[in-house]
Formats: sequence, C-alpha cells, structure tokens
Amino acid sequence: MIPAAAELPWIVVIPVCLLLLAGSGLTLIGAFGLLRLNSFYARVHAPTLGTSYGMGCILLASMLFFSVLQTRLVIHELAIGAFVILTTPVTLMLVARAAIHRDRLEGKDAIPRAARPD
Amino acid sequence: MTRLLPHPLISAGILLLWLLLNQTLAPGPALVGLAVALFGGWTLALLDQGRPRLRRPDLVLRLTGQVILDIARSNLAVASIILGRRRGSTAGFLHIPLVLRDPQALAVLACILTATPGSTWVEYDAEEGWLLLHVLDLEDEESWIRLVKDRYERPLMEIFT
Repeated sequence: MIPAAAELPWIVVIPVCLLLLAGSGLTLIGAFGLLRLNSFYARVHAPTLGTSYGMGCILLASMLFFSVLQTRLVIHELAIGAFVILTTPVTLMLVARAAIHRDRLEGKDAIPRAARPD
Repeated sequence: MTRLLPHPLISAGILLLWLLLNQTLAPGPALVGLAVALFGGWTLALLDQGRPRLRRPDLVLRLTGQVILDIARSNLAVASIILGRRRGSTAGFLHIPLVLRDPQALAVLACILTATPGSTWVEYDAEEGWLLLHVLDLEDEESWIRLVKDRYERPLMEIFT
C-alpha cells in the first residue's frame, strides 16, 4: 500500500512542486508557441521545449517523489527520457523534410532549393 | 568483436534498459533481458552498418555536459522569443559546410541540433557535406556556423575516428 503523499516532508515536496511547475510551464510555453509563431518552420521549434527540459523536469520530479514515497530508488523514468530523446529528432526531421519538399514543389519563395547554397 | 557479442555496448544498454523497465534484478527477468540483449546485438550485426569506434571517453562526457547546458540555455532563449513582444521574426535557413562524414557521428549531430530548441536539422547533402539548418533566432549567421562547427562537429570528429 502506498503511504499518503501528505505525509512527505516539505524538503521533498517543495522541490517536487517546483520541478513540476517548471516542467509543465515550459511545455505550456511550447504549446503556446505553436499558436503564436508565424511560419511552419518556426513552429517546429516550439514543442521541443516540452520534449527537452519540460520532460526532464517532470521526470526528475517523478523520480524524486516516488523514490521518497516508496523508500527505494525509482529511476525507470530514465528509460522514458532516453526514448523521447532518441525519437523526437526523427519525428521533427521527418516533418520538416516533408514540409520543405512540399514547399519546393509549390515553388514557394525564400525556401532554399537544396542543402547546398546556390 | 566476437560472434556472440558483436555489439557489446548496445547489448549492455539493452540489458540495462530491460532491467530498468522491469524494476527488478530477479534472475528470471534478468535472463530474459540477457536473451533480448544478445538477440538485439545479432540483429544489429545483420544490418551491418559498421561498428562505431568510440575514442576519447573524456570528450564524450564533456560534450554531453556541454549539450545539457546548451539545451538549458536555448530553452530559455526560445521561451523568451515565444513570450516576447517582438513581432518581427528573425527565423531563417542556414547553410553549413560540414567536414564530418561518419554516418553515426552525423546522426548524433542531428540529434543534438534537433533536440536543442531553436535549431532543426532540415536536410543534408551527402555528396558535398552541406547541412541545411533552420534556426529560430538567425541574427548572426557567422556565430551559428562557428557554434555548430567548433562546439559540436570538432569533438564529434575526435570521438568517432
């Protein structure tokens, strides 16, 4: 049975809360960036806030909270972190390349025609 | 290395991940994990994309620390761009000539650049080694090129030799 979270000492609760706030705040700013930034390529950058330190802070909070709550080392969050770090670039590159391919087909201006400068 | 363990580092990583996910060191799950790790190593050997030779573990650690710091810094920078009042966008594309050719080193470079908020790897020209990068804050092109080449490309070239 998991003991009540309310019994945790403040010295653990405060860092956990701060980390959760920082992580969810960064993720929220990233989501807000999706609305606010004005071009597709600029918007691609916004969610990486959530997948880098947004995720990192929340995972750290989770590790700290459950390690203290269950009085044993809970670090399988590291696996989540590793998977997200390894898979996010693949998705982002795929999306960015699809976008640039479409923009080139449509002959948009201000899009480089190749990786090599003209 | 040997027939049994063609990729010792990868196999060790898979085993570690398996134990982490199962959250136990009991012999049963550990044996299954060992089997999965060996199988993973063999599968990778079948794909035959060459074994990366990692040198300079000290540089690996230093680069990792540098990347963690840089990602923190660019998190703050991108957050302030999103929240800022500045309407005029300075986002743009950037061509960077790379000397790095090792496919695995290029993959690591792509992960670093894309994981960092504010820069995204868009395209790579394998023939002449041009990288097309999109950056959110393109005020000083020269300093971006210097950053990628000095801070990431050079240590990666020394690590993957």
